[in-house]
Amino acid sequence: MAGRAKSRGRRHRGETLTKVLFVLPAVVAMVALFGYPVVKNLLMSLQDYGLKTFFTGVAPFVGLKNYSTVVTDKLFSDAMVNTALFTVGSIAFQFAIGLGLALFFHKKFPLSGLLRSLLLLPWLLPLIVSSATWRSILEQDSGILNRTLMGLHLINDPVPWLNSPSVALIAVIGVNIWIGIPFNVTLLYSGLAEIPDELYEAGQLDGATGWRSFWYITWPNLRAVASVLLMLGVVYTIKVLDIILGLTGGGPANATQTLATQSYEKSFVDFRFGQGAALSNILIAISFVFAIFYLRGTRRAVDE
Amino acid sequence: MLRRTTYTVIGVLILCVMLFPVYWMLNASLQPSGNTLTAGFLPLHPTFSGYKRALDEQGGNLVTSMIIAAGTVVLSLAIATPCAYALSQFRSRWVSVGLLAILISQMIPGIVIANALYTAYERIGLLNSIPGLIVANCSSAIPFAILILRSFMLSVPPSLVEAARVDGAGLFRAFVAIVLPISKNSLITAGLFSFLFSWSDFLFALTLTTKGGVRPVTLGIYQYLGTQVQNWNAVMATAVLSAVPAIVLLIAAQKYIAAGAIGGAVK
Repeated sequence: MAGRAKSRGRRHRGETLTKVLFVLPAVVAMVALFGYPVVKNLLMSLQDYGLKTFFTGVAPFVGLKNYSTVVTDKLFSDAMVNTALFTVGSIAFQFAIGLGLALFFHKKFPLSGLLRSLLLLPWLLPLIVSSATWRSILEQDSGILNRTLMGLHLINDPVPWLNSPSVALIAVIGVNIWIGIPFNVTLLYSGLAEIPDELYEAGQLDGATGWRSFWYITWPNLRAVASVLLMLGVVYTIKVLDIILGLTGGGPANATQTLATQSYEKSFVDFRFGQGAALSNILIAISFVFAIFYLRGTRRAVDE
Repeated sequence: MLRRTTYTVIGVLILCVMLFPVYWMLNASLQPSGNTLTAGFLPLHPTFSGYKRALDEQGGNLVTSMIIAAGTVVLSLAIATPCAYALSQFRSRWVSVGLLAILISQMIPGIVIANALYTAYERIGLLNSIPGLIVANCSSAIPFAILILRSFMLSVPPSLVEAARVDGAGLFRAFVAIVLPISKNSLITAGLFSFLFSWSDFLFALTLTTKGGVRPVTLGIYQYLGTQVQNWNAVMATAVLSAVPAIVLLIAAQKYIAAGAIGGAVK
């Protein structure tokens, strides 16, 4: 009797151990790939961590000097403004166009499903491939966009899409909008598909059709998906690097420089890792403010 | 009836506009002249010289990308699958902590990870190495795979595993013999996304390689772009070759993709 209880106890312990082994690799990976980098960045941002460090191994602590250096850099405010414009511009249009297309594809018509899945292609392409393609399209003299616009007599001179400081940011945002539309369509479409038809039938009896049914039925029921999508959009867009580096490299004259590209340049072009870390920590802090909204929006989905 | 056909026509037009850049990539890759100035809207005189150059110059990089992506799939699934099962079936107050950690992890910019990994890799000699890039790419693949697999495994009835365990199988054996086979579709979905993330990776390729030895094709394209581009047909041919996995994925697994995107993003 006692022996059986003992073996059951041992079996229970063995069981707990097996359960731990199920999650242990993932815990180790998450700590190594996320925990360590976040802590390491916090430390680096407080250190004079530069090229010399790789030879001497010495990185003296300098307090908040890296932060004050990057924040007072005259590029910082430009980068902040560019980041804000890039993020808000991208998301507003991705969302609006995505919603329009989701509503369109929500109507039942032949090939709707097939067309909707083909629409996903831009989202699945490697970002650097999209950047390269758009760069060829946007080329000032030989790009197909300028050639077409001039052929239609919509413009008289070729637009320097990527070469003019006043236009480049708009072009980069435009490309990012194109990349983000498919994801927005997919999520908003799934949100629309979950709204029960009965609501529309009931609404129709009350005279809610067209715009009224959108405002009183569709939009309120779509809000949960929309809020998650918008926060997710901010969190992803704010750190975009591939598109900007591939299209303009942050130029011309820093016109498309964002916090993310600046952080990259500080660390991997100038080898001032301390300053790069400080910039990326500012980036994390900004995403985190949005993350709080995001988590509030997704809490219900997680609880389900 | 007429109305529904009209919708289809409008849908096709929308698709043509949205996919024009993809078409243009293909078109430019087949144009005889490297200069897009003379490129027509149709490749009337197609040439494969761009592809020949792409394969000569970037063929090795394509193989490197392939190895890194395959390695990322294997490593990330091996780590994510048991964890996803645990998060879907084990009852523990740690489950919500784990899910929260995964959600927060997706908000950490890649540049933060690259900063830290660069200094660590420099010390342990993983810079310019395929294993180094595989590990770095797992940072995007693992959380996503856990979320996709978990949302599927929530629907695995616990009674199936219990039945196997009554027959004497241990927890791990029951997992391998029962849970993995039923989860096949979600494993394929998670694996395809892991492949695609890794195949598309540019940031880690850019920061964690410092010399030519290991160079994924995304970095190859970037280096083409770095110099004033003379031969767009070779660049676009490389772009087309790099787009192949996405296109294959879309054709082979289209019904899983939307579900996967939603599962990974929202749940």
